[in-house]
Amino acid sequence: MAEPAAVEFRIDRRSGVATYLQIVQQTKQALRLGVLEPGDRLPTAREVVEATAINPNTVLKAYRELEREGLVEARRGLGTFVRRTLGGAAEASAADAPLRTELADWARRARSAGLEKDDVGALFTAVIDSIYQGDQDR
Amino acid sequence: MTEAAIEAHGLGRTYGRRGGGHRALHDCSFRLPAGRVCALVGPNGAGKSTLLNLAAGLDRPGAGSLAVLGSTEPADVRDRVAYVAQDKPLYPQLTVADTLWAGAELNPGRWDRATADRIAGPLPQGARVRTLSGGQRTRLALALALGKRPELMLLDEPMADLDPLARHELMGVLMAETAEHGTTIVMSSHILTELEGACDYLLFVDGGRVRLGGEAEDITSAHALLTGQAGRDLAPHTVVESRTTGRQLTALVRKEGPVDTAAWSVTQPSLEELLLAHLRSPEAPPLLTPSASAGVRAEGVSA
Repeated sequence: MAEPAAVEFRIDRRSGVATYLQIVQQTKQALRLGVLEPGDRLPTAREVVEATAINPNTVLKAYRELEREGLVEARRGLGTFVRRTLGGAAEASAADAPLRTELADWARRARSAGLEKDDVGALFTAVIDSIYQGDQDR
Repeated sequence: MTEAAIEAHGLGRTYGRRGGGHRALHDCSFRLPAGRVCALVGPNGAGKSTLLNLAAGLDRPGAGSLAVLGSTEPADVRDRVAYVAQDKPLYPQLTVADTLWAGAELNPGRWDRATADRIAGPLPQGARVRTLSGGQRTRLALALALGKRPELMLLDEPMADLDPLARHELMGVLMAETAEHGTTIVMSSHILTELEGACDYLLFVDGGRVRLGGEAEDITSAHALLTGQAGRDLAPHTVVESRTTGRQLTALVRKEGPVDTAAWSVTQPSLEELLLAHLRSPEAPPLLTPSASAGVRAEGVSA
């Protein structure tokens, strides 16, 4: 094997989240955080199952899902590689990025309007849900 | 359809005198496709060990037939099958190193020394087998089984006497083996949680026959846990178990068509909930998914 894999997965059997989804979510999180970059190799099914003692088909199912979403590609005999990163997240989350600055201003206004942290969270989630509604199916 | 690792038709095995004997297996039919990791679960005395003994070719069925790796004489394919019985039979006078040497000698041409040595690595190589702990013997037995590089592994209660760390490590080794070589693995246990996550196939044996068989995912998704008002009609679904508390009815059903989500709050049961419900309801009809159903005994029946 040429280069070591760029990430490893943690499986929580009691989380109630399907095991393959945990792998999908952790990969996406790594893409958002910039831990995984285009060209990086994901661990092979063998590497994942040896470390986590889960069934190999679960890993393959997760990788198929990531491939279907265009995030990774399988190269025969070589492994599964990251194709693209997610959401330009790295730039957007930088301390001086415009989106972040606007959101910070908004959060301050919400606090001075008397909203509790949980209220703001709930409001934020509700707005996000209504704006991104239907995107899942695309 | 993929080749079957094990296929049983009307399998029966009775211990003791005819008539008055104990029926360990009775009219047991199922199919296990090759390449699966199968949990063989069921209560004590359900027939799990009997089934594994028959598949390993160490015992002969009293009725019906059993094909292993395509051979109707399981004893003929013993070199392609590894069996780790519950009591981990090993030679007590041999040392660990001698046992590994014997494994290599007895499996000429297929012995995978690197794998066997890696698994047996943590054991004291000069110690005699009789001085090893239960967990150490299990490790040695698994080293022999994996060193054989089998196509089918039959493991009877393999994790029972391992500590959590060794259990995780050896389960990982087994999963890596099947990822790399497509090895079919059957693991028995009466503790399902021990196997959940590692197994993608299920054979639930109870009362000498298979009551649930197939892809673990398909078996759970075929069922639903319904909660609603007492007195509501559960038809057309097959009720495995139902319970009324005050005005509330809780039922575990096998879905026959879409569930009326206006009348019922619906959740998917875990595999464990499913098995417990079936254990409490011996009359619930068996469910075998298409891949687990033993077809007509001729080639090319499936489309």
